[in-house]
Amino acid sequence: MRVAVPVFPGSNCDHDALHACGTVMGWDTIPVWHQETRLPENTELVFVPGGFSYGDYLRCGAIAALAPIMADIKRHADNGGLVLGVCNGFQILCEAQLLPGALLRNESLRFIHADVHLRVERADLPFTRAMKAGAVFQVPIAHAEGNFTLDPADLADLEARGGVAFRYCSPRGEIGEDHVPNGAMNGIAGIVNVRGNVLGMMPHPERAVDPKLGPMGGLGMFKSLAEAFARA
Amino acid sequence: MKVRVSVQLKPGILDPQGKAVEQGLHGFGFAVDHVRIGRLIEMDVPGTDPAEVKAKTLAMCDKLLVNPVMEKASIEVL
Repeated sequence: MRVAVPVFPGSNCDHDALHACGTVMGWDTIPVWHQETRLPENTELVFVPGGFSYGDYLRCGAIAALAPIMADIKRHADNGGLVLGVCNGFQILCEAQLLPGALLRNESLRFIHADVHLRVERADLPFTRAMKAGAVFQVPIAHAEGNFTLDPADLADLEARGGVAFRYCSPRGEIGEDHVPNGAMNGIAGIVNVRGNVLGMMPHPERAVDPKLGPMGGLGMFKSLAEAFARA
Repeated sequence: MKVRVSVQLKPGILDPQGKAVEQGLHGFGFAVDHVRIGRLIEMDVPGTDPAEVKAKTLAMCDKLLVNPVMEKASIEVL
């Protein structure tokens, strides 16, 4: 299993991604500088990491979406290759129009770091296949712009096609405004494209896979990816 | 030519920054309403024909300056 982690100026979760995929999962994980124009041969997963690419100038992820490596990431996605964007990575995928919507400033206007609970809405994806629909897992968030927004018609389309992968919830899986940390519409924490191969999420599963660092709530996603690749 | 692009959040998009500033102004006794915070981009665009310069600026808005999911822009050629 080969994973590429694109690194932009200002990325700061690239090492978390490299640690989770490389050290914890034992995958062949390669950092790729944003100025590169090709992903490594036989890349199976592109993990677009969190951080503050280009200092969040203009809009979060807007400049990174134009980086030279992005054309090859789009090609990879068009060919059915897997792309996972976390936090700023999610913002970049939205700005690159690989996913719909935009991430606005948190409703509270504050940077929030907290452990949150997510409910699995789609358990049939390569990213979630080892998890159960409706299951709850705990992962950290750390962002100031995670307030997912889409115009009402597109939001209805997204919901109707099952585009919501994860929703913020209570520890017991209850959905409701009280459990949404950032104001995201419909409590959306993560979405997936129509084809099911590009997933973006604000929470950080890669920060919850190493027992030395605390809870392991993110492991289900990595086990899912391992299963998906064992099958491929 | 000097061009000014004013980027605003679309109506209906929540603007927590605008809300915070509005509350701040209320704190000083200013009874203002509907405060919205946007972004102003100024630049020199080559060309002498305002229509052509405006068209170029529109293309820049489409490519980078504006995210149509949440923003709209107005262009002023000075």
